[in-house]
Amino acid sequence: MSAHDLDHHGHDSHHGHDDHHDEGGAAHSTVGGYVTGFILSVILTVIPFWLVMGKVFDSSSVTAFVILGFAAVQMVVHMVYFLHMNTKAEGGWSMLALIFTLVLVVITLAGSLWVMYHLNHNMMPSMHDMQNMP
Amino acid sequence: MSDTATLNAGANAPDNLRFYVPGDHHPQNATGLGFWLYLMSDCLIFACLFAVHAVVGRSYAAGPSGADLFDLPLVALNTSMLLLSSITYGFAMIEMQKKRVKPVLAWLAVTGLLGAAFIGLELYEFAHLIHEGAVPQRSAFLSSFFTLVGTHGLHVTFGLIWLVTLMVQVSRHGLLPENRRRLMCLSMFWHFLDVIWIGVFTFVYLMGVLP
Repeated sequence: MSAHDLDHHGHDSHHGHDDHHDEGGAAHSTVGGYVTGFILSVILTVIPFWLVMGKVFDSSSVTAFVILGFAAVQMVVHMVYFLHMNTKAEGGWSMLALIFTLVLVVITLAGSLWVMYHLNHNMMPSMHDMQNMP
Repeated sequence: MSDTATLNAGANAPDNLRFYVPGDHHPQNATGLGFWLYLMSDCLIFACLFAVHAVVGRSYAAGPSGADLFDLPLVALNTSMLLLSSITYGFAMIEMQKKRVKPVLAWLAVTGLLGAAFIGLELYEFAHLIHEGAVPQRSAFLSSFFTLVGTHGLHVTFGLIWLVTLMVQVSRHGLLPENRRRLMCLSMFWHFLDVIWIGVFTFVYLMGVLP
């Protein structure tokens, strides 16, 4: 822990030198970065819309998995090019917060789907049970 | 003044009583991290709403389904508005770094117009759905749809109010460090809403119309 603190301070004091033009925290944004991010996100948006509106795949589940993949990639593109996420920002704490949040999001989504699927499966009387009811 | 007092107290007091070390680094730009933590907690709100929609998104109660209701060209137009507003906000941030007030205000205005167009299209869609009888109380699917998309729209609305406020601030007081910090926070907020919208158009609209 103490070693980490020292590390953190060392990074910050180095950071202090370029505080003047680093004020606002987004000094590293460039026109090229934004344009790259924008072109990538346009491509990553158009392809899922084309896949669904053009009915490219016969199977719904294949389409669903492919467009979810595109959404995940596009979220990463936005994080990197628009939100300027990297492992160095704020001494790594914003990345740590993001990873923690992602873990919670995965638990929330996967847990809800898992629990509710089994709930529906076990609680819903099947047609066979309904016929045997008094 | 207070510095010398601290130094004197530091010289007289034993070492272990000096709580403040002169030259000790105090992070000046903790706002960025603090605002990031707010965005992450906001992300959890949306995760819960997405989870609800994942569970009940196909419970139509014999009512209309996504395939019946959603107008994908309109959603595509909406998405392009938000995407364009993201890059115009980015250009405003670049002009902010060059400390040019007028271009910052111009790009912020363009961003605001695109955001307003997004909200307008969404309200039009909602009005159309309600007119067709697809009201929130019709089915679990529509309840969670209106809650999720409405919460996102509410965020964009508040972002627009914030944006107009900052335009007034910048035009009156210029690009002070405080205003630059506020613009940076709004930039994070605006791009974050765009990230959430990726989830909405993929998960709610595109996957909603799949058979």
